[in-house]
Amino acid sequence: MSLLADAVARAAPAQAAGAPVLRVEGLGVRIRTGRHALRALDDVGFSLRRAETLGLVGESGSGKTLTALALMRLVETSAIEIDRGQVALDGVDLLGLPERAMEDLRGRRISMIFQEPMTALNPVISIGRQIEEPLRRHLGTGRRAARDAAVALLDQVGIRDAARIARCHPHELSGGMRQRVTIAIAIACRPDVLVADEPTTALDVTVQAQILGLLRDLQAEMGMAMLLITHDLGVVAETAHRVAVMYAGRVVETAPVGALFRRPRHPYTRGLLRSIPRIARERPAALAEIPGTVPGLLALPEGCAFAARCELATAHCVAERPALERIGPEQAVACWRHQHV
Amino acid sequence: MSEPLLELRDLQKHYPTRHGLLRRAGAPVKAVDGISLSVQHGEVLGLVGESGCGKSTTGKTILKLTEPTGGSIRFMGEDITRWSRQRMLPLRRQMQIIFQDPNGSLNPRHSIGSILSAPFEIHGIARGAELAERVAALLRMVGLPPEAAQRHPHEFSGGQRQRIGIARALALRPRLIVADEPVSALDVSIQAQIINLLQRLRAELGLTYVFISHNLGVISQICDRVAVMYRGRVVELAPREALFFDARHPYTRMLLAAVPQPVPDAPRRTVSTEAWTAGESALLREVAPGHFVADHDSPG
Repeated sequence: MSLLADAVARAAPAQAAGAPVLRVEGLGVRIRTGRHALRALDDVGFSLRRAETLGLVGESGSGKTLTALALMRLVETSAIEIDRGQVALDGVDLLGLPERAMEDLRGRRISMIFQEPMTALNPVISIGRQIEEPLRRHLGTGRRAARDAAVALLDQVGIRDAARIARCHPHELSGGMRQRVTIAIAIACRPDVLVADEPTTALDVTVQAQILGLLRDLQAEMGMAMLLITHDLGVVAETAHRVAVMYAGRVVETAPVGALFRRPRHPYTRGLLRSIPRIARERPAALAEIPGTVPGLLALPEGCAFAARCELATAHCVAERPALERIGPEQAVACWRHQHV
Repeated sequence: MSEPLLELRDLQKHYPTRHGLLRRAGAPVKAVDGISLSVQHGEVLGLVGESGCGKSTTGKTILKLTEPTGGSIRFMGEDITRWSRQRMLPLRRQMQIIFQDPNGSLNPRHSIGSILSAPFEIHGIARGAELAERVAALLRMVGLPPEAAQRHPHEFSGGQRQRIGIARALALRPRLIVADEPVSALDVSIQAQIINLLQRLRAELGLTYVFISHNLGVISQICDRVAVMYRGRVVELAPREALFFDARHPYTRMLLAAVPQPVPDAPRRTVSTEAWTAGESALLREVAPGHFVADHDSPG
């Protein structure tokens, strides 16, 4: 990306600091397993502005992917229920929409890409056809126009020789190329929001850098908002504008990306940042550890879910769960002891 | 310098391919294509590279879990390249592997106690009360309570299962451990615990590691020297600091430039996939003491 585009990408959210395009509030998901009902998501909230990337960070089991699937309305089964909250896309509550109306929005105004591009692509349909599909379905584009648009989209996501690739099938492409194709499908209708769930986790590091660059370029061109789900704090640092950190089904901290890395306010965020092995001339004799493991959903404690692993925890933390508390214009933390972090 | 613990000379592992209706022999896949390396007693040598570069195959070939198709392997002063399985058996005590996914290697029907007892039983080393004491000591060594012996693999988290995998590998006090992406499946907070454990055990037991990883941060934390692999060959081999801060090969530089850094105001970069041409020969040139680089035509 050029320096100018880079500057635009960083400045865009500040200029567009109007109403958020996506607002998630008090989102809750319950999973019934035999005799038990688990609270898999509890009171999850964040907002996303136009041209902004929010990094949703957490370790496995923290609920970040479930959050994405819930707001896309892709999780409801007899066992999994979205039982609380609101997901407002430009003021319209998606959780209240009938499935037909939701189908009309998915892929048009809010799209999603996944970790494994191969599972998102149909192996027996040509690449071109798969990109034409949302255009024909949502925008009523004619066959010939859709075919031209598919080639233009492949070109836009950085695939050389787009007309030839459009006739290929997914297995003929590398992992990085396939992820470019799923991005082309996701952006075909110029959505307001792109949900990207670990989009580069399955890719080699050099390919990852290219795909992250592509996503940033597309966002700068199209002004779409992006929810970037990842466990990789390096990816967040160089892609997101703001960050929400999840732990055990809740958001425990939200902050602008610079503030989060300069001064994390939740002991869990601080622990994560300290435990990453870094490339540096001087290395520590031992990495900082977060002791223990993430609690299972069946054994979530009364109080703060992180208290058992937290060096700052007091009796208060064990007894009562802290709510997400606003501590600055763009910053919030769910910790009784945040002033000591 | 004393004789290295492990020495690879022009190691090759080629897989035959067959094409078409007549199953005609095609060009072989050169998973490992002429690797020469030596590993000193007590050091940690990192093997790093992207998927398909041959780092895992190299690890398995070192232990003769898969047979090399060319070159030689010297271990503890002996050329073991052509040793039979039978002949290798006593040597297995000296060389062990830790895998990325301990699940795949821990039998779900066996208790942890029986999994950790197996190496002692196979080699006829201990039984009865002494065996139980050895198992308890192993569990303590990797930070698990002795009661863990009664439980089964599914009762443990990923990090705990990796501790069990490490305990099993260390049961017979091997000299060499090949660790193949041992922390790649783990969450960051657990990853740090396992890296620290591996570093502590190395110091306490005087172990030597060949540490395979695609994660350059992990490699930087644990390795003394690093070999960067690309398409079955080593393109650069250097002491840790020289590799990370004075990389000479364009591929190494590209790899380092692509790693996203978890720092405030991280640069939003575009990584150029610089073109360079690999030299014909697998030979490395020494550009500084202990710093070797493969021939290549630079992009300039």
